[in-house]
Amino acid sequence: MNCCNGCHNQGYEKLNPVFEKYRNKPGSLISVLQEAQELYGYLSMELMDYIAENIGVKPAKVHGVATFYTQFRLKPVGKYLILLCQGTACHVNGADAVKEAITEELSIEEGETTSDNLFTLNNVACLGCCSLSPVMMINGETFGKLTPAKTKEILREFKARESKSAEVTA
Amino acid sequence: MMRLIVGQGSCGNAAGANKVYAAADQLIKQQGLDIRLESTGCVGMCYLEPIVEVINEAGERSTFVRVTEASVVDIINNYTGDKAALDGLSIPQEDKSILDKQTRIALRNCGNINPEDIEQYIAGGGYAAIEKCLRHMTPQQVIDELKVSSLRGRGGAGFPTWFKWDAARKSQSNVKYMVCNADEGDPGAFMDRSILEGDPHSVLEGMMIGAYAIGAKEGVIYVRAEYPLAIVRLNIAIEQARQKGFLGKDIFGGTGFDFDIRIKAGAGAFVCGEETALIASLEGERGMPRLKPPFPAQKGYWQQPTNINNVETFANIPWILDKGGDQYAAIGTEKSKGTKVFALTGKIKKGGLVEVPMGISLREIIFGIGNGIVGDKQFKAVQMGGPSGGCIPAQLLDTPVDYESITKTGAIMGSGGMVVMDETTCMVDMARYFLDFTQKESCGKCIHCRLGTKRMLEILTRICEGKGKDGDIALLEDLANKIKEGSLCGLGMTAPNPVLSTLRYFRDEYEQHIHHKKCPSKQCKSLLRYEILKDACTGCTLCARKCPVGAIAGERKAVHTIDQEKCIKCGKCFDVCNFSAVTVD
Ligand code: SF4
Ligand code: SF4
Ligand code: FES
Repeated sequence: MNCCNGCHNQGYEKLNPVFEKYRNKPGSLISVLQEAQELYGYLSMELMDYIAENIGVKPAKVHGVATFYTQFRLKPVGKYLILLCQGTACHVNGADAVKEAITEELSIEEGETTSDNLFTLNNVACLGCCSLSPVMMINGETFGKLTPAKTKEILREFKARESKSAEVTA
Repeated sequence: MMRLIVGQGSCGNAAGANKVYAAADQLIKQQGLDIRLESTGCVGMCYLEPIVEVINEAGERSTFVRVTEASVVDIINNYTGDKAALDGLSIPQEDKSILDKQTRIALRNCGNINPEDIEQYIAGGGYAAIEKCLRHMTPQQVIDELKVSSLRGRGGAGFPTWFKWDAARKSQSNVKYMVCNADEGDPGAFMDRSILEGDPHSVLEGMMIGAYAIGAKEGVIYVRAEYPLAIVRLNIAIEQARQKGFLGKDIFGGTGFDFDIRIKAGAGAFVCGEETALIASLEGERGMPRLKPPFPAQKGYWQQPTNINNVETFANIPWILDKGGDQYAAIGTEKSKGTKVFALTGKIKKGGLVEVPMGISLREIIFGIGNGIVGDKQFKAVQMGGPSGGCIPAQLLDTPVDYESITKTGAIMGSGGMVVMDETTCMVDMARYFLDFTQKESCGKCIHCRLGTKRMLEILTRICEGKGKDGDIALLEDLANKIKEGSLCGLGMTAPNPVLSTLRYFRDEYEQHIHHKKCPSKQCKSLLRYEILKDACTGCTLCARKCPVGAIAGERKAVHTIDQEKCIKCGKCFDVCNFSAVTVD
């Protein structure tokens, strides 16, 4: 049994100003979820329940909306979020091979996170840089004209950066 | 003062424009140079990015392409002196002329003005049209002018804009809404994003004009959350317009008309391109379509009369009211007036955004403007209309681009995605790709759409994997027709189009896959067969060492062979062989 005095809600105070902002604005559920995801990285069950309680809708509705839209993530994401474009132009120009390269390098499939919590792979539709296709975006930075080899190289660079900073902290 | 302008649409930044901007900024500050650094949206020549434009004191413009952090420094250092040193960076003449082949109305400001500076929009005649409407025209006159222009919705269906406005205007209510659909859904197109990023004020002005015409006081822009830069620039534009008194109470002063706009970020659902689904999403619900009537013009957002147009439609409107509907109607064909913006992508040499008059041929766009196929390969088809559209084959390249002619081919005009494919693109795989998309995006309300698309995807996947059966084509056609009939909204009704259109023009490819287990374009992996040519193999062992599953056997200096049972068709041996001894069929 979960403890019942609400202690599992610890750490969600950051949402209070969000609730305040949308208090008298009907139809703001999606906006609240967007801000919650921005703050906490993903929407956990507890977080969704907490939101439901605070804005006065049923948890079922919050879950329904959160699972309907592709933007919402229900699982935690790694430090680096890889958005792999699956738009038409990228598909035609070899996005599948890029996907395989990522899977080979990191052993993750779409929607999964590496065991060291470094990388998460998500598919997206057109990133708007079709002239550079195939394209992926890692934490906001775009990488274009990818080949399997180039993709692996980029990922290795990220990994190297990480192990370096780990050494420094050690 | 000399101005240096960096093209910073999402595409430009992806190509490195933000780094170029930072490098220029640093140099200018370091050396205290008298140069004004600005940014602008995408001019559409994405293949040349990053693009930098320099305008000197005399107003002369020079354009530099494929600029890097290093070359922007050269540009700044040499611009006033040794210009010849910059020849290699200047835009080639043939590329310059690409703009001359276009008619830019919706894109009139994209790449020309700083989207974050309202003054530049005003200087180009911006906000004159709305002021004219407010001060000198009645709402009915505005709608009449639009009727003269014959502008049709640029989001896909091509419904006459004036008609929708008229219906919303006639609806009796104190509260009405003007909504801009900026939730660009076609997964291979980015026209709307470029307009929002490059010229947000034109969209705001279009919405204001519409709001005045139908009598709305509130506007909402429903924009894809995946378009962060567009959201930033829209917010800046709205704030600047408010400060000028163009939004808010009694806009432009003494007009007595109140109107304000806010942004709502969508959360990613293709079905929200459907008006009723978009409205549900605006209300914070799951974006599921509902039966019409009542139409949004009667009962839309919060049950009030609501008008929805897409970004490109709105961007055209200030121009029409400014220049006159007849000017707009003078461009284009009998039934399709004006211009259309296309995102030209795929296996095209000069891809990007183009705006052309309706009625020009596909050939002119793909070969005249886009300069043909990468590597001069054989053109195979162009996909139009995204997941709702279809593939138009080479023999129809002379089809004029207008709503009716494109529909006749089995594709649709759609929102403007134009993906060019060459001989290496497998049409069955394309159909599978789109069905995979629609199947995921179906909202699930209608059984035919939800399950039918899934079944179609399964069949297509099976065909691509070499497990196609006799009768699969007939089954696909049967399902396609039933899904069209049994679906409530446009998503379901058009979902089978990519399959039907490829079946219509590339039936033999389907048959090759099913009956001969061959993929003519060599894309469907399971159907490939790698083999080593006895006469060409030198026995270097390279392929055997690279093969990830140990499928290749052979002694050094002796002919190697592939064990087809083990081979996973990864293609590594083909890629690495230095003697072209590996063949794929
Ligand atoms: S056709 Fe498909 S997307 Fe449209 S309402 Fe029906 S199930 Fe939903
Ligand atoms: S295609 Fe890949 S698995 Fe097959 S033989 Fe060549 S290297 Fe080995
Ligand atoms: S399809 Fe990938 S960026 Fe457009």
